[in-house]
Amino acid sequence: MRRRRHDVVVVGAGPAGLSAAATAASMGRSVLLLDQAPRPGGQIWRHRAGASLPARARHLLDRVRESGAVHAVATVVDAPAPDTLMVDFGGRVDLVHTAAVVLATGAVERLLPFPGWTLPGVTGVGGLQALLKGGLQVRGRRIVLAGTGPLLYPVAASLATAGARVLAVLEQAPFSAVAKFGTRALRDPHRFVDAVRWRATAWRSAWHHDAWVVRAEGGERLEAVTISVGGRERRIACDWLGAAAGLVPRTELARLLGCALEGEAIAVDATQATSIPGIWAAGECTGVKGDAAAVLEGEIAGATAAGDGGGMASRHAVARGQGIAFGRQLADTFALQPALRTRVTPEAMLCRCEDVRVGAIDPAWTARQAKLWTRVGMGVCQGTVCGVACTALYGWEPPQVRPPLAAPPLAAWARWLTDVDSPTES
Amino acid sequence: MTHPDVLVIGAGMVGAWTALGLAERGLRVLVVDGGVPGGGSTGAAMGHLVVMDDSPAQLALCAHAMMRWRTAAPELPPSAEYDPAGTLWLACSDDELAEAHRKQEVYAVAGVSTEVLDAVALGQAEPLVAPGLAGGLRVPGDAICYPPAIVRTLLERAIALGAIVINQAVRAIRPGGAQLTDGTWLEAGVVVVAAGPQSGMLVPDLPVIPRRGHLVITERAPRRIHHQLVELGYLHSAHTLGGASVAFNVQPRVTGQLLVGSSRELVGFAPGLNRELLAMMLARASAIVPALAGMRVIRSWTGFRPATPDALPLIGAWPALERTWIATGHEGLGITLAPATADLIVAGILGEPPPVPSAAFAPDRPMPTLAAA
Amino acid sequence: MSGDVTIHLDGVPRRVPAGVTLAAALCNLEHLAFRRDLGGGPRAPLCGMGTCFECRLSVDGVAGTRACLIEVHEGMRVELTR
Repeated sequence: MRRRRHDVVVVGAGPAGLSAAATAASMGRSVLLLDQAPRPGGQIWRHRAGASLPARARHLLDRVRESGAVHAVATVVDAPAPDTLMVDFGGRVDLVHTAAVVLATGAVERLLPFPGWTLPGVTGVGGLQALLKGGLQVRGRRIVLAGTGPLLYPVAASLATAGARVLAVLEQAPFSAVAKFGTRALRDPHRFVDAVRWRATAWRSAWHHDAWVVRAEGGERLEAVTISVGGRERRIACDWLGAAAGLVPRTELARLLGCALEGEAIAVDATQATSIPGIWAAGECTGVKGDAAAVLEGEIAGATAAGDGGGMASRHAVARGQGIAFGRQLADTFALQPALRTRVTPEAMLCRCEDVRVGAIDPAWTARQAKLWTRVGMGVCQGTVCGVACTALYGWEPPQVRPPLAAPPLAAWARWLTDVDSPTES
Repeated sequence: MTHPDVLVIGAGMVGAWTALGLAERGLRVLVVDGGVPGGGSTGAAMGHLVVMDDSPAQLALCAHAMMRWRTAAPELPPSAEYDPAGTLWLACSDDELAEAHRKQEVYAVAGVSTEVLDAVALGQAEPLVAPGLAGGLRVPGDAICYPPAIVRTLLERAIALGAIVINQAVRAIRPGGAQLTDGTWLEAGVVVVAAGPQSGMLVPDLPVIPRRGHLVITERAPRRIHHQLVELGYLHSAHTLGGASVAFNVQPRVTGQLLVGSSRELVGFAPGLNRELLAMMLARASAIVPALAGMRVIRSWTGFRPATPDALPLIGAWPALERTWIATGHEGLGITLAPATADLIVAGILGEPPPVPSAAFAPDRPMPTLAAA
Repeated sequence: MSGDVTIHLDGVPRRVPAGVTLAAALCNLEHLAFRRDLGGGPRAPLCGMGTCFECRLSVDGVAGTRACLIEVHEGMRVELTR
């Protein structure tokens, strides 16, 4: 195993991570920027080689390139100490020592179980967009989207642009809440333009509020969904269903490192510092509030991690507060309707890795009791998916994170002790 | 339940078997545990039901316990993952193969049938084991299980017979009573302390300490290992109560996952992982089963075995406290020995002759002090 | 990036566009059962970003590879997880 040394390691190359890496590197620090995706950009700016990106994404990617930060396609598999990460660089595991870690691990979709959701063709909302960006052909395909929050708009638009027949877009929040949010949020001209453009692109689709999927049906793949719109059920034949219940901060690495959470997000102070000295966090992993706030928080975290003494944090204090306020509005507007919980039937799959169905769970149990007695969350994703669902359905705490992360081959993890004397590189 | 006949402290495998055994005899049983039933040492355990022969007393207790497990197995639910896979003790050298032959004779005396495999037979039985080993000893009567699910089943049966299980931590005991953390005293005819490595916190001078172990589990995969594999050299590491050690121990789960052990260290109830020890453990495991190297690891954890200075459990009355019985100190054999332990405790409380000789397990027997260990 | 590459799907050569993820490539080929669950039911990509492990299969001999995280390359050998 080789050892590397860096001043700052940034985990996650989305808006927050790119911003943190560029900022810290431009202050003269040696920066390693890690992400498991083949190309930087995170989920929002996920792209194939040569694909066009929004101007602000191009600008940020250029800044990172010019800053001297090193980008690597890599996965953190363990964190033996706050200043030591064990990183899998495409099969070779190195020990990375660093003075500062910036967690920019983003968000994952809140994927809640409903009957039939294990059928091929049922994905997340962002999941379907990720597949599309990865090259999925959707021309002529019949698609239903069911989710909540602003993500529905760009996903519907990009599917429509790619030639899909987006039959219906379901927003679970009631129209009144979304309208109130819209009039406030759309005062921001960029958001207004985006929203109009997206909505115009997917103009053929039927847009519904107070609407969600009741069940998905099919044999070897999805054939139809039954939806509920304002309490009335309807069946729609379709090829793909993108369904999620919004986004939730991604915190596995933070929890492994011992960082305190606030709700489901990593708790940070005004300088983006977490509860663990030497570890900062920025962007959606500290609360979902959009890419603009993520870039700003990344800049603050990158600067503080690089040792600016809080100057950047005070300069951006007002804008940072506005981002947090926007995040709160999002959370309030798109709060989950109880029906998303009550639609689960005992047959619905809860833990997709270990095939534990909802009916096997007694909501009165503790999370640990359920895990020990039913194997829920014991599979290869280690509760990344069903842990979030259990929090939504039963109010359980997120599962304890036990190393390694991301299921590395045993030999990679076991190399911890062997070969440690190989030369240090940075 | 006011004034039960027996108060069982600890709802692990030992406590659950004991509670059920007492309830089956018509006693009114109250079980208290501050955590999830089966969530302490039981939940961290491998679930290897194995006959060990460090002493004639241990061998006899193991043989009795395995008889009880085999009787119970048909009535266990699928979630118990009871799998009569047997153990294959691996001999890395000719010396260890000689040890396998010796072990075979000792087991035969206790009525435990075994089969010595030479290198060729070992290769046929377990193709994934690295070539070059001397052979092994197959113990077909041993088995594998999933302990927390079994605890759940046993407690449900005890509850059906009138037992009550309460989720409260105990902070102190006295003759015929236990104090909960909220200060309440529970009174009972007798008290059974089955709190695993934490029993020492409740019973002053009880010679039991936590001995930490690490386990690692792989992703599901088609099953290619057929027995629980343990190295014969395991005995050296398992029974020297001192520094940290690792030994080869790989278990195939019915899920196709492999559970990889084992390590031993005396660090109190320290949380977290000792990654260097873990790496040594995994290196040892993949030296003997090279295919492990490519299998994906999904989780690791630690657990605490209740260890004693002479490597034998503490089962019986505790003379320093009247009406107090001890059922702990099984080290890595608590899952295996739980039904036999319960039989000894039930017989003791009812004043009946024990099903196997029990003097060797008397908690107040002379033994080296823990400080010297 | 342009042109096609050949991947071997359970030994069968298939031409797919270069630069796409393996997950997208298999969906485009209508190979939607990436793996089978304990009851034999088909499973396919869910999260699209490497967290759910539903799209795992064996790629170039490496079991448990997440198809959503890698792009196809010439000669890629893919075995569906059963």
